Amino acid sequence: MNIHEYQAKAILRNFGVPVPEGHVVYNSNSARDWAKRLGGGVCAVKAQIHAGGRGKGGGVKIAKTADEVKQYARDMFGMNLVTHQTGPEGKTVKRVLVEKGSNIADEFYVSFLVDRATDKVTLMASAEGGVNIEEVAEKTPEKLFFEAVDPVVGLTAFQARKVAFKLGFEIPQVKQMVPVLMNLYKAFVEADCSLLEVNPLIQTAEGDIICLDAKLNFDDNALFRHPNIRDMRDYDEEDPMEIEAGQYDLSYIALDGNIGCMVNGAGLAMATMDIIQHYGSSPANFLDVGGGATIERVTEAFKIILSDKNVEGILVNIFGGIMKCDVIATGVVEAAKQVGVNVPLVVRLEGTNVKLGKEILANSGLDIVSADGMADAAEKIVKAVKEK
Amino acid sequence: MSILIDKNTKVITQGITGATGLFHAHGAKDYGTQMVGGVTPGKGGQSIDGFPIFNTVADAVNETGANASVIYVPPIGSADAIMEAVDAGIELVICITEGVPVLDMVKVNKYMEGKNTRLIGPNCPGVITPGECKIGIMPGYIHKAGPVGVVSRSGTLTYEAVWQLTSRDIGQTTCVGIGGDPVNGTSHIDTLKMFEADPETKAVIMIGEIGGDAEEQAAEYVRDHMSKPVAAFIAGATAPAGKRMGHAGAIISGGKGDAASKKAFLRECGISVADSPAEMAEALLKIWQP
Repeated sequence: MNIHEYQAKAILRNFGVPVPEGHVVYNSNSARDWAKRLGGGVCAVKAQIHAGGRGKGGGVKIAKTADEVKQYARDMFGMNLVTHQTGPEGKTVKRVLVEKGSNIADEFYVSFLVDRATDKVTLMASAEGGVNIEEVAEKTPEKLFFEAVDPVVGLTAFQARKVAFKLGFEIPQVKQMVPVLMNLYKAFVEADCSLLEVNPLIQTAEGDIICLDAKLNFDDNALFRHPNIRDMRDYDEEDPMEIEAGQYDLSYIALDGNIGCMVNGAGLAMATMDIIQHYGSSPANFLDVGGGATIERVTEAFKIILSDKNVEGILVNIFGGIMKCDVIATGVVEAAKQVGVNVPLVVRLEGTNVKLGKEILANSGLDIVSADGMADAAEKIVKAVKEK
Repeated sequence: MSILIDKNTKVITQGITGATGLFHAHGAKDYGTQMVGGVTPGKGGQSIDGFPIFNTVADAVNETGANASVIYVPPIGSADAIMEAVDAGIELVICITEGVPVLDMVKVNKYMEGKNTRLIGPNCPGVITPGECKIGIMPGYIHKAGPVGVVSRSGTLTYEAVWQLTSRDIGQTTCVGIGGDPVNGTSHIDTLKMFEADPETKAVIMIGEIGGDAEEQAAEYVRDHMSKPVAAFIAGATAPAGKRMGHAGAIISGGKGDAASKKAFLRECGISVADSPAEMAEALLKIWQP
């Protein structure tokens, strides 16, 4: 799960991490009010969307007066912000963060993430802050420093010092950096983050260390122990169909192809998308109905697939293990009757009770094409859609 | 021969009184696995459907001589269940549970350092040695004893590969589902090492996914150390970057872990890579004849 920058900063502030004073606003008048309350001096006005690269798209402005803050905020509200992370369709700005300006003397990059190679939380830092870190990693990997954290001991002071010295800080700033890094680690672990990224972390002209930006992503599997974080979820930032699917425990991701698919198991679902492409078409979605699919869930899955107007055909691919094929077949028939499928439908069943399942499909009176094997299924649906 | 489990493996179920745990304990027993009991704290001394229940894994080990454990405990207690099994000296722990927090697994892996337990999973279908022992949720009847080892990050896609083999009358030594999470107990490379050392395994199918670089590391191992032919499929060629495809580990991030680069690297390492998931068995037969 992702949250907004202002929410991330509130969490970090609670862990004693220095972040700029600021407030989120929902209209331009309160943007001006908050600018005044922050002293009326230079302010940063930052569009709050779940994507990076906002500055280049006009989503981050520096205002000299409260009136300028209002003007920039007015420009931002409702704007469709397109960045390299939003995709070409962009995201609508509904929340704006107004923040006290900082005198930036130097910019750095700091992040924590779980390194899959070592199975440990790793601190990643660079003196190349405020830029695209992926570029730094690719072009000048020697400018990135790593420190793996022992999960029992946590990030130690010496590790934090080591990194601070490598980043080139003077002694007074090294002393500030040690608790900052240790508290960032604490926040990462205690909030069950999957990514904590500060880009940039700055040294001000006055010599202070401040986290000027903050991005937190959370491990969905751990949200059960963080109800306060779960409440920060902004549904406006997510695909409505994905939200709908989630309510039925369906794992659904919208894609831009024309063949909808319904599969049991994430790996097989990805493989089904792949084989559709292999036969010259493209998948409209990823959809895993899971191991315990019921008639209700299968019906919902059909509704969600069909609500995508680009869908010109549906491929159902089920390898029944514990899940019996006759149960799935009954679900498909019921769902097709209820929802009214008016596009070609190819069903491939394999596994437990497959014969019974195929009989149910054949006797349903519905126009369901039965397939043997994944290749046959993909070929049939691609052909059916092309001939339509 | 086989790897990890065989007809002598004695298995307990942690979370046996849950509906899922009990259902699959029966499934494994029906397949012929020695299911010797289960653990549910607070229900020790009772029994369920003939399976004796113990309060702790240590008790279960003492009483039954179990050397393997399968975990169906919900995510909130999975890490603790794994560590309890490790502490009790169980040699093989298979965690089926989906949805275990990543940082819990970071702690578990630290806890397991220096211990003698092997962990498979979490978020996996389990392990089966056809005709001898089935631990997990896979349908037993699609398997057949024979010479091919199968290792995979995903469940139903493994069944697909196994079915392609069995339909061609090619059996399997052992099929290992290592799970779809970013931090887990056993990697592709660990499993390949075991297949390489197993005299009965003559060839291997490895099924990977987008995300991380475990498949690349495994491919380097195949190139440098494996004498046996390996075929592979990588799921997720059509997955967009930044979207989690069901499995927590199946995500292309920072421009890394996409299917095209994985496939290319595997081919460089001498692995026969199937472009279509319908051709996993055929990819193996291109470089190996049973």
